[in-house]
Amino acid sequence: MNNLNFLTPDKKNLYTYLYLGLFLISFSILDVFLNSFFKINLIFFLPSFLSFILPLTIGFIGLHLIRIEYSGVKSLDILNKNINTNNFNAILSLIIIFVVIKSLPPLLSWFVIDANFSGDSKDACTGSGACWAYIKTWFNRFMYGMYPNAEQWRINLSFISLAFLGSVGFFASEKFKKYLTLYYVVIYPIIAFLFIFFFISGGPVFFDFSYGIIAAVISVIVGFFIPNKFKMYYFIIVPITIYILLKYVFFYEELIELGKLEALEWVETGAWGGLSLTFIVSFFCLIFCFPIGLFLSLGRRSDLPLIKYISIGFIEFWRGVPLITVLFMSSVMFPMFLPEDMFIDKLVRVIIAISLFEAAYVAEVIRGGLQALPRGQYDAAKSLGMGYWKMHILVILPQALKLVIPGIANTFLALVKDTPLIFVVGLLEIVGMLNLAKTNPDWLGFAMEGYVFASIVFFIICYAMSKYSYNLEQKYKTER
Amino acid sequence: MSDNIIQIKDVNKWFGDFQVLKNINLNVEKNKKIVVCGPSGSGKSTLIRCINRLEEHQQGSIIVDGNELTEDTKNIEQIRAEVGMVFQQFNLFPHLSILDNCTLAPIWVKKMPKKEAEDLAIKHLEKVQIADQAHKFPGQLSGGQQQRCAIARALCMEPKIMLFDEPTSALDPEMIKEVLDAMVNLAKAGMTMIVVTHEMGFAKEVADEVIFMDEGMIVEKAATKEFFANPKSDRTKLFLSQIL
Amino acid sequence: MENRGISFGYGFLSQESSFDVQFSLIEYDGSHSYFRAYLVGLLNTILVSAIGIIFATIIGVVVGIARLSNNYLIKRSAAVYVEFFRNIPLLLQIFFWYFAALRALPLPEDAEPILGVFFLTIKGFFIPAFIWNNLDVFLYSIIAAIITIFFVKNYARKKQENDGTQTPVLLISIALLVVFPLISFLVGGVSLKIGLPEIKQLSQTSYTFEGGIGLPPELIALALALSLYTATFIAECVRAGVQGVGKGQKEAAASIGLTPNQVLKLVIMPQALRIIIPPTTNQYLNLTKNSSLAAAIAYPDLVLIFAGTALMQTGRAIEIVSITMLTYLTLSISISIFMNWYNKKIAIKEK
Repeated sequence: MNNLNFLTPDKKNLYTYLYLGLFLISFSILDVFLNSFFKINLIFFLPSFLSFILPLTIGFIGLHLIRIEYSGVKSLDILNKNINTNNFNAILSLIIIFVVIKSLPPLLSWFVIDANFSGDSKDACTGSGACWAYIKTWFNRFMYGMYPNAEQWRINLSFISLAFLGSVGFFASEKFKKYLTLYYVVIYPIIAFLFIFFFISGGPVFFDFSYGIIAAVISVIVGFFIPNKFKMYYFIIVPITIYILLKYVFFYEELIELGKLEALEWVETGAWGGLSLTFIVSFFCLIFCFPIGLFLSLGRRSDLPLIKYISIGFIEFWRGVPLITVLFMSSVMFPMFLPEDMFIDKLVRVIIAISLFEAAYVAEVIRGGLQALPRGQYDAAKSLGMGYWKMHILVILPQALKLVIPGIANTFLALVKDTPLIFVVGLLEIVGMLNLAKTNPDWLGFAMEGYVFASIVFFIICYAMSKYSYNLEQKYKTER
Repeated sequence: MSDNIIQIKDVNKWFGDFQVLKNINLNVEKNKKIVVCGPSGSGKSTLIRCINRLEEHQQGSIIVDGNELTEDTKNIEQIRAEVGMVFQQFNLFPHLSILDNCTLAPIWVKKMPKKEAEDLAIKHLEKVQIADQAHKFPGQLSGGQQQRCAIARALCMEPKIMLFDEPTSALDPEMIKEVLDAMVNLAKAGMTMIVVTHEMGFAKEVADEVIFMDEGMIVEKAATKEFFANPKSDRTKLFLSQIL
Repeated sequence: MENRGISFGYGFLSQESSFDVQFSLIEYDGSHSYFRAYLVGLLNTILVSAIGIIFATIIGVVVGIARLSNNYLIKRSAAVYVEFFRNIPLLLQIFFWYFAALRALPLPEDAEPILGVFFLTIKGFFIPAFIWNNLDVFLYSIIAAIITIFFVKNYARKKQENDGTQTPVLLISIALLVVFPLISFLVGGVSLKIGLPEIKQLSQTSYTFEGGIGLPPELIALALALSLYTATFIAECVRAGVQGVGKGQKEAAASIGLTPNQVLKLVIMPQALRIIIPPTTNQYLNLTKNSSLAAAIAYPDLVLIFAGTALMQTGRAIEIVSITMLTYLTLSISISIFMNWYNKKIAIKEK
């Protein structure tokens, strides 16, 4: 043992330092571990405030001893580089490790060990931990709001069908790929609208809806046999004709008959709520704010002063005010401007308000992409004789939109996180339902469980979305 | 006197307070090749960008193939379809394959059926000897290959006039030759060309007329042989001595 | 609208408001005008926004730099913080702090003093109050100090240009900021008393603190949620800014002999700040707009007082909502204008 200098550990006595240091570190961690998990105090003979300082000091000395650069032992080098580069880092690392260890037992005990998982009423929650029975009992409400239990299959069916129809794009064969844009921008939103406003709402209009679907299916099948030249007029005229025929000519008698029977039960939009409402609002606002934002950003870059200044005014206005005032406005001021007997549904008003609001943000994001594109692309397209719209649709937008994917994903994420604000107009999505539930006299005092539950749900959704958009961005980066 | 396919008369242009073109007068006959040279900032690029109205002139008149360039939009797109342009930065569309780059305008502007457009594209790509790369994307090609594709793309619109804005300035020396060869072939086939370039070898081989511009004005304009043998202005002599 | 019998006009602003506000920075009660109520709301909004901005910046900068650390644990902890607080809606966080976390605080009678004079209770955070005498003299002394600092800075710069010597401007500035106010205490008749919060019994079961300043739990919950939430975005801005400065800059600066501090001050920070400041200012704006969520927990901010209570009382929806939106618009547009001016001024000149 030659020249052991504790202030400057070096490679010569590597293993001495190593073992000594590791021993000290392990001891300190063990002490904290035993203290927090089992409440055993190894150094009980010391006053209480020292009990945190001592493991810190011991661990610090230990880390100091093993801080040997280029020791040759691979795992030691990795350890040193990552958490032990200097004294400051060493202390911070120790503090983080200790804090994590110390906070595990209370978290575990609240979440799992002392928690109650089953039961029907408040009395079942006797432990000092979380009352998950509360969540289980209210689960239906949190998911579906006040929508009647018996009818919830309609919401499930709608979401599953829409999810399936939405993923059609991945399975489309080559021949249909060119119709995909038309499908997603026009047809899919219409189908979604029909599902949600007729199927979920219910009522006698359900039969209108089914006739609409039948008409659409027939016209699509027949559509394959129509020559290209007439396709556009065909798709507008024929489905409407078939629909009118079905409703008023063929099944008129039956319709009256059925109308007298129990159709799907009518559920007014005020009763919709919970996570399903979050999805519905997010979905529709997503669909609407994108095209509106696109036109706004193009308008802002236009050469016509009227369009340009209207776009700028619109964008700056919606970006300058808080969403909550917009929602206030939509619920209080909007009806004032309409004639007496016209009434626009609460949910529709909210969707319009939020779509316009988010469209302004989307417009700014897209504008960034349009500006980032090199001027040469605009020049080249113009020099080939392309007009404004052809140039944008064929050359500019395909490139610009790829550039702004992270920005748009961010805006969508913000949209989902803004949906809880609709409590202002009286619609209760999941956070609103939580607030309602916690004031229920049978279940007082469980606010914490509710918020933790909602936090977990939102965290999963938002984290998944941001990871997906990150992957999408990486994929497009490499394609270029 | 054969037809003047381009007539530029008393053209003046300002960028803000800075006058970039001063009293330009130029007539280009059909099937002629004109080379425009001069120092940086002399207005050469601006001049040819005025011909397909990527820049707008404030005074004077520019008449291309009988059409005067004014603010009329319909007019501009038709003229641009007749005038092809090749840029210094190639400006190929990165999200489309080479073939699609070439067929894009014929399909959407000239409303050609797809098969016909593709045949046309392959024909022009073969002329610049790059037909085998038709299904690749611009990012996968070298600079010289990209520029040749850009030439083919402009040719697919069957223009009457081809404008070249320093087509080889952004290329590595090894690739300049392949692009110049393509341009020489084009010239020999009879296309009316206006080329802004520093490549005097090309000018000597192919140009009918050489124009020297400096500080926004046409300083000297002469037939090629005359231009190189007996430059009249001192500025021209200085310029030639620096680049030859 | 006419046929609904609704009238239009801004005259109502001078009417008596006849409602009280729980927390206000200026004198206010039911006998004051609606306009004064508007001011109360505006001040409360500015208060919570200012507190939020300060804390969000501090936390955001720390977390942003932590994300760039070499230390794996520190880096991961910062990343966890950002992901966690960013993906949970702000409203939910506000509710959590207000309804769940702050409810766990002790009642005033059971509260233990922190550092002897601060009391954190379920009814609010009670801190000692500063009771000033001749506050304006004190403020003048600070303004005088700042003006003198400007002159000193100018003088130091000229001196450096002329003969290369550097003067310790920072130390001199600090000294001035201490000395001038001190003089105002000694000579200007400024005096400062500290009012300690003391427990007082309101009724049989309810106690509170008097003599100090009580920050209502609504304010604390709102400020806390806003700070933690916005800090995540500021952390990302800071990270992008520091990463955006090329590595070669640091190397080049070191190679010409600058000390690490000088490298930071003269080379890295100016470039990083160019990238950091615009999006950060955007975040400040977002924070100010998000403070309107105060309506959800009854903190009397501009939206709740004016577009809430006052609107319900007077029914003047259009006027009130328009004034409210105009206020926020003015705030955003002035910050936008400032941003554009700032960007132009510091833009790196390019061809």
